[in-house]
Amino acid sequence: MKKRSFRTAARLTSSYVLLSLAALFCVYPALWVLLSSFRPGDMLFSETLLPTSFTLLHYRQLFENYPFAQWYANTFKIAMISTAISTVLVMMTGYVFSMFRFTGRKNLMSMLLALGLFPGFMSMIAVYILLNQMNLLNTHAAVIIVSAAGAPLFFLFSKSYFDTIPRSLVEAARIDGAGHLNTFFRMILPLSKPLLVYVVLMNFTGPFTDFIFARLVLRTPEKKTLAVGLYDIVTDRTKLQFTMFAAGCVLIAVPITALFLLLQRYLVAGLTSGAEKG
Amino acid sequence: MEKQSIMEFQRPFLSGRRTSAVLSILVMGAGQLNNRQYGKGIVLMLLHFAGLYAAIAKLPHALWALVTLGETPARLEKVGKLYQQVMGDHSIYLLVEGLIMIFLMLLLLAVYVQNVRDAYRCAKLGEAGIPLHTFRQTLHFLLDYRFPQIAIAIPVLGIVFFTVMPIVFMILLGFTDFTRNHMPPAQLINWHGLETFLDIFRLRVWSETFYGVTLWTLLWAVASTLTCFAAGFAIALAVQQKDIRFKKFWRTIFILPYAIPLFVSTLILRNVFNGQFGPVNDYLELMGFGRIPWLSDPEWAKLTLVLVNMLLGFPVIMLMIIGVLSTIPGDMYEAADIDGADGLQKLRRITFPVVMYTMMPILIMQFVANINNFNVIYLLTGGNPVNGNYQFAGHTDILITWLYKLSMEQGQYNFASVIGVFIFVILSGFAIWSIRRTKSFKEERL
Repeated sequence: MKKRSFRTAARLTSSYVLLSLAALFCVYPALWVLLSSFRPGDMLFSETLLPTSFTLLHYRQLFENYPFAQWYANTFKIAMISTAISTVLVMMTGYVFSMFRFTGRKNLMSMLLALGLFPGFMSMIAVYILLNQMNLLNTHAAVIIVSAAGAPLFFLFSKSYFDTIPRSLVEAARIDGAGHLNTFFRMILPLSKPLLVYVVLMNFTGPFTDFIFARLVLRTPEKKTLAVGLYDIVTDRTKLQFTMFAAGCVLIAVPITALFLLLQRYLVAGLTSGAEKG
Repeated sequence: MEKQSIMEFQRPFLSGRRTSAVLSILVMGAGQLNNRQYGKGIVLMLLHFAGLYAAIAKLPHALWALVTLGETPARLEKVGKLYQQVMGDHSIYLLVEGLIMIFLMLLLLAVYVQNVRDAYRCAKLGEAGIPLHTFRQTLHFLLDYRFPQIAIAIPVLGIVFFTVMPIVFMILLGFTDFTRNHMPPAQLINWHGLETFLDIFRLRVWSETFYGVTLWTLLWAVASTLTCFAAGFAIALAVQQKDIRFKKFWRTIFILPYAIPLFVSTLILRNVFNGQFGPVNDYLELMGFGRIPWLSDPEWAKLTLVLVNMLLGFPVIMLMIIGVLSTIPGDMYEAADIDGADGLQKLRRITFPVVMYTMMPILIMQFVANINNFNVIYLLTGGNPVNGNYQFAGHTDILITWLYKLSMEQGQYNFASVIGVFIFVILSGFAIWSIRRTKSFKEERL
């Protein structure tokens, strides 16, 4: 008995040590950037982790030297509109593939899945010319259209989720006289809240992190998004200020990180529902 | 009598299903008009004339553009007494315009075929005396029974124009001589067959880079997938032990690297591992170790990449495995306890097989995704340190970052396209094979 409790204690201790170490690695980068953003001066190097004095100067500089507030507004605008469109498209695609059987269905699914593996920027030149033909260069509409058009490629997740909803439910709604769209919006969407939250979250973060395509399309400073703006600040070798970059990182990461942590419950539910299905 | 007249009314003007079909072949919608389906007929006919106009006005030009990629280069021309730069054909624009036109025409062709089939079918029904749908009924029928096709058509159209068409364009570039030295609008580009595909293997600088980068890509994909999985599994097991306290707190902390936008955290980690000023080296020095060239030495840089990727990638795996673990019934462990199994045996015989069963397809997808893991590599090392023996690639470049450099930085568009085709062929074969084997793809509904 004594031996057993000793082993349990050893196991627990080593588990806590492992967890604490891993936690340290997870928290450190975020903490370091947060603290750096409050540090006076503009160097990467610092004697201590905790700054000796705090300043909000770098945050002010971001808003004074760059149209940062405008970038914020742009990013939110693009993220909201494209999320709304993309979410409906992804959910609808998954729903149709899950609930209905029609000719060419499987081939279409394989085709979309294969296309989804093709990194978007490989064909960026053609998209650029296409947008130019449509007179959409340097507009937010371009970013929204392209991201919404590409979203349905990632339907597999929502399809596997819908696979778990009994089809008899849909049939019952249809017999009661609900149209297809009504069934989808009134019954299926409310039933798939975890999936919905997951898809919305994934699509919403897109514009906050896309610095490649958005950078190609959005050229003038007042049109840029946060990711494009920050990337340009980082790559601008002439006046690289590390602490200001840190402040920018904090400002971009805060809304997304907060959303993720708040919606954690759904995230776990969404992720695992896809996983259980295999 | 009453019934008779209805049937009479439903009869086509000119009898014979062939007649309706032939009319529809001549002019879209004519067959439908013959079948007395006026609404449908008029809509189709409008489409016919719009399409006909487009075909006559634009199609020859589009075909010419695709075949020749332009014939007149930009040149100096004598205007009055002065020589002036005159714009020639812009090969790339011609190629894209041609492609758009071809895609639109294919779309029209699909409608056309459907139109003929519909005219034939409806005439047959009409002859049999079955009342045909009115326009309103047709719309209802479409929304009711053709809902999946209509609902899927919208996303598919978007994908055709913003994904398929650009990919076709990109693949076509591989068959041209489009490089920085042949840049429209100054010069025309030309078709040159399989030259580029052969050059990749024929020219030593290219083939050496190609093999080297491919090898590292595969190594990277295997290493990064396995490390993420191992770390995620270990942490999930540790957190889910019965007697571990503050489970929610630990989970929240471990989600953090996943919650912070990847683009931001990678840029941060680039600074953390900075060889000269980064805090990691500062601490190492403080503890009496030497400084480590995290990002500037080829081998260290590769290791750093795998480490960083593990840090950023393990949370998702951990969340999924926690989900799987919670589905394993507790009585299995109780039974094992009664049989006298120790912890390791339970792990090996119960936990591991169950987790692997569910996670295998996800691991394969992760492997595929890691082959294309552009962000981590591009933002952390940018493919550097530079490799002198490589053509436009560094030691840590994987195929996808090499492709990016080739097209966006070096203007070697045709070579980039060949690499793209290569990646695509490997990945799609692999992914479709694995996806088709998963349960979700086979038809098993609840």
